[in-house]
Amino acid sequence: MRRGRTAESATDRLSRLLTMVPWLVNRPGIDLTEAAAGLGVSEDQLESDLQLLFLCGYGQMPDELIDAQVEGGRVFVTNADAIARPLRLGVDEALTLMVGLRALAAIPGLGERAAVERALAKLEQATGATAAAAARVDVAIDGDVEAALLVDARRAVQEHRRVHLRYLVPSRDEATERDVDPMRVVNLDARWYLEGWCHRAQDTRLFRLDRIESLEVLAADGTPPEQATWRDLDAGTFQPHEDDVLVTVRLEPGAAWVSDYYPVEWVEDGPDGSQVVGLRTADTLWLQRLLWRLGGRGVVLDPPGLGQEVRAGAQAALTAYGEAAGADPGDG
Amino acid sequence: MSTPTGPAAKTERLLNLVMCLLYTRRPLPKSRIRDLVPQYGSAASDEAFDRMFERDKDELRELGIPLVTADIGGVWDDEQGYRIDQREYALPEIDFAPDELAVLGLASRVWAHASLAGPAAQAMRKLKAAGIERDADSLVGIEPRLRTSEPGFDPLKNAVVFQQAVEFAYRTAGAGETRVRHVEPWGLASWHGRWYLTGRDTDKDAPRVFRLSRIAGPVTAVGSRGSFSVPEDHRPHEMIRTEVGPQRTGTATVRARAGRGHALRRRALGSRDEGEWSVLEVPYADADTFADEVTGYGADAVVDGPAEVRELVVQRLRGAAAAHARVAP
Repeated sequence: MRRGRTAESATDRLSRLLTMVPWLVNRPGIDLTEAAAGLGVSEDQLESDLQLLFLCGYGQMPDELIDAQVEGGRVFVTNADAIARPLRLGVDEALTLMVGLRALAAIPGLGERAAVERALAKLEQATGATAAAAARVDVAIDGDVEAALLVDARRAVQEHRRVHLRYLVPSRDEATERDVDPMRVVNLDARWYLEGWCHRAQDTRLFRLDRIESLEVLAADGTPPEQATWRDLDAGTFQPHEDDVLVTVRLEPGAAWVSDYYPVEWVEDGPDGSQVVGLRTADTLWLQRLLWRLGGRGVVLDPPGLGQEVRAGAQAALTAYGEAAGADPGDG
Repeated sequence: MSTPTGPAAKTERLLNLVMCLLYTRRPLPKSRIRDLVPQYGSAASDEAFDRMFERDKDELRELGIPLVTADIGGVWDDEQGYRIDQREYALPEIDFAPDELAVLGLASRVWAHASLAGPAAQAMRKLKAAGIERDADSLVGIEPRLRTSEPGFDPLKNAVVFQQAVEFAYRTAGAGETRVRHVEPWGLASWHGRWYLTGRDTDKDAPRVFRLSRIAGPVTAVGSRGSFSVPEDHRPHEMIRTEVGPQRTGTATVRARAGRGHALRRRALGSRDEGEWSVLEVPYADADTFADEVTGYGADAVVDGPAEVRELVVQRLRGAAAAHARVAP
């Protein structure tokens, strides 16, 4: 678990210790490194926690104090009967598990639905009133996906089998064929992705499941090569490169949503609610498509060549509609 | 080893207090607690001790520790005693099967990249405190993730849980103007990857849906806890679907050039070829959204009907051409 840079408060630490003690009491002699990993803290933090526990008890006589020590790299916590059971789940703790379970229950084709229902029922019984509050936080892990596709993709990951994809690349309006060694199936921002080593690109790629036209699980072994690493998805699925083109776009007030949807490098807010944003992209075709859609509420300020391409593309489309291409709004 | 003040000493003091109140069978008077918890010895005076003890009690209760007060006096005095009931304190023994622990683990990891990652991991540690590691490995290969990048998420989640009214500045969708809203929050829901708040806008006296990414600035709790009630039949998702979701539906005739318009072809209910074009019958949920999509294909896809959608596309293309005619040299 990654804690923020801010120092842990005394009560946060107490809460952590009240969970740590039963966890350690039930794992006598656990390796210090393993314990730190399981408890989500650094080894230094764990040692300092154990030193603090050693001073605490239900009284101050030696036999009333917790016995907490590290011997030869192994952790022993004993004589802590008063706090040998963890505290009941707090509101946030119960809420995360219940909301998470309910979200899992809605995933199409998830074979573990019965286990989800049973776990939820047991948890609700143990948490009582919190369950009612947790019901008001609602998560839909939706994303339009066919259950069969999700099941096949997951099976390929579990069985390390190569898959053959027919995959649509909408920004180029192309259907492509490729072999992929699957690494994981991820749901992010309500979309399902298959991450894997793409033999065509010779690199790790994320494939949106709703753009996979067909997925065939092959007999071939699909263990990804060693250089295949999971992408850090915390920053989103779109990761610009330094050498991408920097584009400056002015967004009218009605188009300000664009900076919510797309990863922009910077935003300058104008007094009238308009914005000027900078974004980096390797492929300007999707940006042209976006600017057509915005119908003039987004304008390329730089590079000028891209602005000309947007105009030329819009005029070509108007010609296809049989509309006078050069006409300004209102003239036609 | 630790300084008498400072956070470590306070943790020691609170932990000692919790342990002695859990250990005792009968409620302990304050004087006895002061003897048992050595850190209270450093209190400069009776008044300082009283203040410290009152604050500590509040903080323990804030953590969800069920500290109870009982009258332990004789007939003529009314001295109070304190204890923590072990049965109220402890997480009940729940016997989870391995497959249940596996889905619980996955449910906890859903939050691993969100602001509630800490509580989610802590909850699993509590459930697995009893020791037996038999978390089945059957759920490899799947990784649903939630994100809570909107700063308003945490305060609104608390306001929903504790039924507390809030106020925040909110940017409207169309004009982009920002106004302060007063809301009794009913529910919080993630829908199509975005977080929404449902509730009663008390200025308008009407139910409203708010998108968290449009909240500008801090969310402030303005009411006391439990100060309103949530309608019994309130279902956040249903309300969001009705308010935000698509309103109209229809089928459009779209011409796509050979080898282009792949996403439209996939959804088409019918298709026939006419020279270099394919004529597709494509169902759509919302005319504006559909016009956006088709406009994105530029000259590769042309809407023949209905006229409403065709006109929306043509308007967009004219607007884009005109706007770029002005800036392009």
